[in-house]
Formats: sequence, structure tokens, C-alpha cells
Amino acid sequence: MPSNANPACGSADHVLSRRALLGGMAAAAATGLVRRPALAKSVQGSGKRVLQIFLHGGVSQLETWDPKPGTATGGPFRAIPTSVPGLHISELLPHTALQMHRLGLIRSMTNASDDHGRGQREIFSGRNQPAPLDVPDLGAVVAKACMSDDFPLPGHILIRGSGGGPGNASYLGPRYAGVIMEDAKPPAFTDRPEGLSPEADRRRSGLRSRFNDRFATRRRTADTEAYTFSYGQALDLLDQRKVFDVSLESERDQERYGKHEFGRHCLMARRLLEHGVSFVQVNHSNYDTHFENFDFHIEQLGEFDQPFATLVADLAARGLLEDTLVCVMSEFGRTPRINAGYGRDHWGKSWSVLLGGAGIQPGAVIGATSADGTEVTDRPVDHGHVFHTILQGVGVDSTADFHIGGSDFTIADPAKQPIREMLA
Amino acid sequence: MPDAPAIDPAAAHEIASHKHERPLVSCAWDPLGRFVLFGSEDNALHRLGIDGLAAAAFTGAHDSWVRALGFSPDGRFCFSGGYDGRLCQWTLDGEPAPPLRVLGAHDGWLRAIAVSPDGTKLATCGNDKLVKLWTITDGLLAATPTGVGTGHESHVYEVVWKPDGSGLASCDLKGQVKEWSPAGTLVRDVGKAEALWKYDEGFRADIGGARAIAFRADGAQLAVGGITAVTNAFAGVGHPGVSVLEWSDGKLATLLEPKEKQQGVCWGIAWHPQGMWIQVAGGGGGGWLRFFKAGEANELHAVKLPANGRSLALSPDKSKVAVALADGHLKIFSLLPKPV
Repeated sequence: MPSNANPACGSADHVLSRRALLGGMAAAAATGLVRRPALAKSVQGSGKRVLQIFLHGGVSQLETWDPKPGTATGGPFRAIPTSVPGLHISELLPHTALQMHRLGLIRSMTNASDDHGRGQREIFSGRNQPAPLDVPDLGAVVAKACMSDDFPLPGHILIRGSGGGPGNASYLGPRYAGVIMEDAKPPAFTDRPEGLSPEADRRRSGLRSRFNDRFATRRRTADTEAYTFSYGQALDLLDQRKVFDVSLESERDQERYGKHEFGRHCLMARRLLEHGVSFVQVNHSNYDTHFENFDFHIEQLGEFDQPFATLVADLAARGLLEDTLVCVMSEFGRTPRINAGYGRDHWGKSWSVLLGGAGIQPGAVIGATSADGTEVTDRPVDHGHVFHTILQGVGVDSTADFHIGGSDFTIADPAKQPIREMLA
Repeated sequence: MPDAPAIDPAAAHEIASHKHERPLVSCAWDPLGRFVLFGSEDNALHRLGIDGLAAAAFTGAHDSWVRALGFSPDGRFCFSGGYDGRLCQWTLDGEPAPPLRVLGAHDGWLRAIAVSPDGTKLATCGNDKLVKLWTITDGLLAATPTGVGTGHESHVYEVVWKPDGSGLASCDLKGQVKEWSPAGTLVRDVGKAEALWKYDEGFRADIGGARAIAFRADGAQLAVGGITAVTNAFAGVGHPGVSVLEWSDGKLATLLEPKEKQQGVCWGIAWHPQGMWIQVAGGGGGGWLRFFKAGEANELHAVKLPANGRSLALSPDKSKVAVALADGHLKIFSLLPKPV
């Protein structure tokens, strides 16, 4: 069962809690009851996907996408040229630098968030927090919008070793909630118990299904629908278990990605995307470097750089990048000021996000920060704009509504817009 | 203690202070006692005259912070190593002149420099996991290394010569200590400063490593400083620790820790011939200068510093220490009793 299943759902596909329904109505009222178009079905099954690399804890923009070498805030690292003429990023990312012609940067992220929990909710949901309505995470929205109805795998998968959000589906229901792969292992409880033959399992499921159908004719509830869906998904996962076995990838590829945790996770992500999973998040922990920011970024980005660059190159070589939007983000950035422990603290005022692939202008650089990186000087944007942009990149009309259970839910924050110049 | 004056840690007092515009990261005392060199969070090497505190900057050779410093024994030349991987040689006296040598010494950070007692060799170490040996002929550093020591499995943080010049010790991120011949060949794995490293499962990162290193004058013990008892890697919650290892078998002789367990990292350690380890530390518990009597785990005396300590240098006559601080100050403390 998905970890974030909402047991108060009304159907497996269109689950709607009373709270969400009331919240949706309230949101509609707050936006003047202007009825937006419902999301067209045309994106579903289009093969569009999103890969989100979440650098948990808040990666330093100065040690990645917006270096300021030689300044009081710049730290000890140099900037290096990339495959985009005139664009420089940190020397800690030499492999990624060679892929920048396929990617784009937003250097003008700014918001009020300096808190991990709030920052994660904002970047995952695209809404200012605290929000009046519980809204789904990007992964659930992408899965709902892009996954075909008969897709046999979960459409929203989170690969992690440590940390990361729950993959909240909110009113979209458990079908779109994040399914977590701890350490790139198949989702929990998806292997058939030892001693239970496939035939015995089939008969057992059939019996359960008959009982369930009989019960549903008289007392069908949101809870029973959710449980039915969960059983169905578990059976599907059982059949698809090989999809989750990264060891089936070639030895050469395992070497190319690296056999450490993040390398295996990136290779797993490639495997899932190749199998058509709509949204894959790889969580890389941790970047919350209040102390020894520079040594820790050497270690963490040393682990990040090659597998990520290899993944981008492979997606491009296999023709998947044009349908896969890649984003690399954190809950916030880190302070330009270096503290007395060689650390950088939480900073939401001026930081960076990387996007690339489907629908994104290759080599684009949006926005700018001041010479010392302490403030945005051009094109300020935030999580809401990025949320719209990602959805638009994969062909989803982010200004439309989900129509669920007779209510309309805005897909993205109606007060924000996509970053048009970032879109191809 | 044949040459050094009698010091009194309890009487340690500040005798000079210089404020630089950026936080400091390193300091070293020239062998003739005329200057203190320091590196800071800029890309220059700085020279401070002890008499008059005149400061001068040596620029144009590094494009990252200078953490590693060294001198020729006669005080004519100094050497700087930066996080840009470069090793530079400079003329110490006079108006700062362009460097005599700028060498790409390491791939990644160059973290430490050690000049042999006879001044004929210089050792460096860095994030490429290598220890390199460079020959100094007629005062000038060779353009290529004469020895490249492999064997460390993580970034090499510190290197130091044995006091008699018969070999070197190095220590890496994971606390592994190795002995090298003067030619740069691996002699043995000495042991591990276990207390100074851990892998934080929550943060998925290594924390620790040798941030300071020094031999006892007789070469019988090696002190390696860093952070120990870490409970939160990314907040630096741990306290300054120094693993004093028996050089003969690498076993831990004493783990030096602050009595009050203040948070921080040991960023500098020196042996005083009066039978004492002197440590500088900085972190959540502030900056401290501590004095440990040989063989005792807790300090004999501690001096609170106005900011985090980031480097320590004992003067050639052993009567003073220079400390580099995170607030940009270079402070000099006399260890002698105050004049009446």
C-alpha cells in the first residue's frame, strides 16, 4: 500500500476527502469562482515524464549553479566553463558542466522560507505555506496528468536512502501517492511470501475479490475502494517486480553510474523512466551544511556529479530527454555569508534551480543575483513559478483545474505563472 | 627543555593583534621569528611583521584560499599551498615579489605543506589522496615531484616530518595514519585516529579528519587533532579532540579533550618542549587556546579567545603562539609570566 494513501477516499482514481472538498470549494471561492478549463486528457499516456533530483537539506547555490569566486561570500571554489559558451558553474560539477547545453538554470529563486519543512512543502507543492488547502505534490500531479489509466506501475516513485517528502497525493488519492523505494529496493511488501505458490496466490486473490465485490454491492465506501486499489496495485507490482531490480542493468552501466548509493539510485531512475513511470524523484541526502560546508559539498557533489551527468547524457542518447523534464532542486539555498564554522546556513532569499529536457530551453539562464549573491537582481521567481514551468514543460496546462468528485481544484497556484522564457 | 624559556600557561596573555578584512584560515611563524604568515578567506598569502605589525600581501598566484604554509629553514623563502591545488614559492623578505614557482601540485585541494628539518625536501598532501615529495635544490623548489605516495583511500588532510627528518607521517579524512620514507614510499600503516572520524548515517556523509598534526620533539608520539564525539555532523556538534598516538605501534596513548566538553574542532596543535601540547580550537563552544600536560586527557589551562580559532603557530623560541581567528584577527600571545 502506498505510504501516503488517504484512507478517506471515495474511489481509487478520484479520491476526495470531505476536508479536501471543502478546501477546494473554499479555494474556488477565494479565486472569485472563475471556472478554469478542466485538464484535457490529451497529455495522458503521452509518454511525458519528470525526473526530480532533490538535494535534501538545501544545496549551496554558490557551490553549484551560481558561483561567485573571489568575493567575500564566494568560498574557496572556482568557477569552470560549461558546454554553453559564457556559462560557468562550480568546479565541483565538472561532468555536469559538459551537459549544460541540455539544461537550463534559474538563478533568481527567492522566497521567505528558511525552514526545512516549509521549504520542502513549498517546492514540492508549488504553493506558499502554510496553505489553506492540502494540495498534492508535483509527483502526484504529474502522475495524474500524464499517466495513462491502464499503466501497470505506480506513476509516482520516490527513490531514497534517507530523508525526502512523503509524496503527498492529497485529493488526487492513493493511486497518485508516492511509492517509496528505500535504497532502490522494490517497494515494501511486494514479494510473494515464501511457501505461497503463484497458483495459490491467484486463488487467494480471487476469493478475496469475490468477497469484496459482494460486500461492495451493499456497503461500498471510500475506505473499501482504497483498500481494493491497494490490493490491486500490490498484485501489479508483484508482476512487475523485475522493473525494480537495478542489478539487471549491465555491469558496465553500474560502473558508469557508480556503485555508491546515489549512483545506483540514478541508474534505477533511468530504468523506471524507460519503463514509462511518469514521475521519479531521487533524493540525495544531505546538504544541510551549517558546519564545514565546503568539505561536505566536495563529498556530496562528488557523489552527485558523475551519476547525474551520466543520467542526463543517457536520457539524451536514448531519445528520452525530449519527453523527460529533469529538475534539480532543494527546499532553499544557503547563506552567502560563511559562518565561523566554515558553514553556510539556510537561505531562501536568492538561490538556484536547474531544469532541462522536455519543453525546456536548452542552455537558458534565467535571472541573476548580485555580485556577492545576497539578493536577486533580475527576474525574481519562486516555487510557484517553477511548479507551473515544470508542468507546462511536459505539456500540462498548469492554469487548468482538476475536476474531481464534482469539485474543481486548481492544478497550480493561480497567482503564479510559468517562466515563459524558460520554455522552449 | 634545553633551549626554551619556562612558560606558564596560566599567565598566557595577548601581546599583539592584527585585524584583516577577511576571516583567517591559517598561520605560521617564520624560522627566524620575524614574521607570521597567514592565509585568509581571500586568495592571497599575507605577511605580518612582528615588530610594528606591518602587513603585506603576496597575490596573483592562488585563486583559492591558502591553508598550507611552510618556510626554508634559513627563512629566505616561504611556500604556500592553496585549495586551488597550487604550490607556490616566494621570497619572504622585502617588498612582495611575484612567486619564484607556481606548480600545479594536486588535483583538488592542497591541504598541507611540510618542509624537512634540513630544508632539502618539501612534502604536500591533498584531496587527490596523494602525498608528494618535492626536492629543494639551492633554495629552489623542483618543478616536478620526486616522489608520489599512494595508499590513502580518502582525502589526505595533514602531513608532517618526523623531528629527525627520517620520514613523514600523514593522516586522512578517515583518521588513517601512514608513515612514508623521505623518498615518498609507503613504510607502513601506523594506525587510526579512530576518535576523529565517523560516517553519519543520517546525513550520509563523512565527518572528521586530521585538522592538525604534530610530533612530540623526540618523535615518540604523534598528535592528530580534529573533532570527536560527533552527534550532529552538519551542525558540528562534537568537541575538539586530539588523538595522541604512540609512533612505534600506532596505539592511542591519550585522547585530549576539553574538560568542559565545549563544542568545536581542534584546528592547531603544537608540542612545547616543557612537556605540553598546545591546542587551538573553534566551534559552537567558541574559540579556545588550551594547554595539556603530556599524558593527561584534560587541559591544564584554557584561554578563551574572542572568536573561533582556526590555526596555531608556536614561535621559534617557544615563548609565544600566534592564533588565526575566524573574525579576521591574528593574535599573538606570550606564554611567559607577565612582567611585574
